[in-house]
Amino acid sequence: MSIDLKTIKHISKLSRISVDEQKAEKLAGDLNSIFKFIEKLNELNTDKVEPLTSVAETTLKFRSDEVKNQNIREQIIKNSPEDNEDFFVVPKVVE
Amino acid sequence: MSDITSQSLTSLVKNIKEKKLSSEEITKAFVDRSEKSKELNSYITEDFSNAIDKSKKFDEKPNLDLKLPGIPMAVKDLFCTKDIRTTAGSKILENFVPTYESTVTQNIWNEGAILLGKLNCDEFAMGSSNETSFYGNVQNPIDRGLVPGGSSGGSAAAVSGQLTPITIGTDTGGSIRQPASFTGTVGLKPTYGSCSRYGIVAFASSLDQAGPMSQNVEDCALLQEVISTYDNKDSTSIDFNRGQYSKDLTKDIKGKKIGIPKEYRVEGMPKEIEELWKKGIEYAKDCGAEIIDISLPNTSYALPTYYIVAPAEASSNLARYDGVKYGFRAKGENLIDMYEKTRSEGFGAEVQRRIMIGTYVLSSGYYDAYYLKAQKVRKLIKNDFDEAYKKVDAILTPSTPSSAFKIGEKKNDPVSMYLNDIFTVPVNLAGLPAISIPAGLDAAGYPLGLQIIGKAFQEQEILNLAYAMEDKINFKNKITDWWIK
Repeated sequence: MSIDLKTIKHISKLSRISVDEQKAEKLAGDLNSIFKFIEKLNELNTDKVEPLTSVAETTLKFRSDEVKNQNIREQIIKNSPEDNEDFFVVPKVVE
Repeated sequence: MSDITSQSLTSLVKNIKEKKLSSEEITKAFVDRSEKSKELNSYITEDFSNAIDKSKKFDEKPNLDLKLPGIPMAVKDLFCTKDIRTTAGSKILENFVPTYESTVTQNIWNEGAILLGKLNCDEFAMGSSNETSFYGNVQNPIDRGLVPGGSSGGSAAAVSGQLTPITIGTDTGGSIRQPASFTGTVGLKPTYGSCSRYGIVAFASSLDQAGPMSQNVEDCALLQEVISTYDNKDSTSIDFNRGQYSKDLTKDIKGKKIGIPKEYRVEGMPKEIEELWKKGIEYAKDCGAEIIDISLPNTSYALPTYYIVAPAEASSNLARYDGVKYGFRAKGENLIDMYEKTRSEGFGAEVQRRIMIGTYVLSSGYYDAYYLKAQKVRKLIKNDFDEAYKKVDAILTPSTPSSAFKIGEKKNDPVSMYLNDIFTVPVNLAGLPAISIPAGLDAAGYPLGLQIIGKAFQEQEILNLAYAMEDKINFKNKITDWWIK
């Protein structure tokens, strides 16, 4: 299997990372060599193997589903690149 | 070399408790040496003047019952520290100042330690050489032009170069143990669920663990005792009986069964590594341990599995960097364009590569072939360890397939860079604890490490084995202070 430029463009859309032609070609080369290495897994027959979902063989602890008002609006927006004191500001999405 | 900065953590704690040294004297000594060590590029953010102020405050009213009384400490820049910039080695978090503290660092400050600054690392902990950091590569104190390993490269260099008495790193596929091995220091990756992940910048959540990096095993045990706590803020934190690791540390390992997995004899492994491993086996025997040959048949599938699972989790975790809530934002013509440019300009090449791999293996049509397949193989790898631990108490292997390499040597070949983690990655996939201890030098005088892998939650067992072997090995690091003018 090989990853072509069309696939790179598709993944870049899904990842929300813009790539130009030059970067796409470099990525195609890198990803092909990485996937060649990954395809070693096809040597193994795993038809009857259950996938691992957690390394810890314990059940997760439950906690009560409580609403906590911590009054941290200011802290939450403190690091935003653009805000108007109450909300995050983004480029216009509706006309 | 200052007689303060060359002391172990244990000895500094003792000196403070016996009032032979003050926190201020110790803090100033490490600040002074850190100031002279800019060429190592260990720090991303320094907090030296605050550290000295805090040390003075500590001395005014010293609480000597604490485990780390007035001890200065720099930490990896992947731990969120309240009001102190936390970058994860990335441009995208260049101006990020957390409004909260990670549980692991909070545990450290609660025991009296003082923050010196934030240490360099590979961007989002993705790398094995510290060359993917937006803040530049780190020099290994062992020799000029040598990588310190990664991703906790700044941490390893800071301990080895004596810029901090001890530190913490994080380990997703070897990021504590490989740099420890490259710099002649000790590094412990605890059992998954031992140390809280709350407030650690996430890379691959089912693999990430924080752990101590130190000059010796005794220091390592003490810090592990401090950082390992059950935490309800991390849903995968496990409530188990944590030991008094430093108090219960013993060199008596008579009769312990140590497994030697034949699959770790990989093709093309340098003779020096093979020799080191043989020597390690002899040391273990000298300590009274019993050596047993074992098999971990799926070892060679661990790295390909890791390079599906880790990028898949990373692509999901890093979706949060969208230029809206925090971090860097690029200008865009519309919302989508802003997202795409922000992530393209804000993330470095290796991080973008891994996000793309992860997105691909999770995408429609490929999920079963890659991600599900990898989760099945991960189960087989864990089963291998479960089977081996019916016969042995711990497993001894080399930490890395080579000593530290030159800066730039592997930068353009991702697969050869990934091969660095061949001995460390299986441990993360199975969620086990493992420690790397320095065990010898190669022909060039560069350190080589041995790894002891334990059963889940048996940190005490591997610390004891490491403590006993450390005594026999009697390793001496060759640090010449070449970077200090």
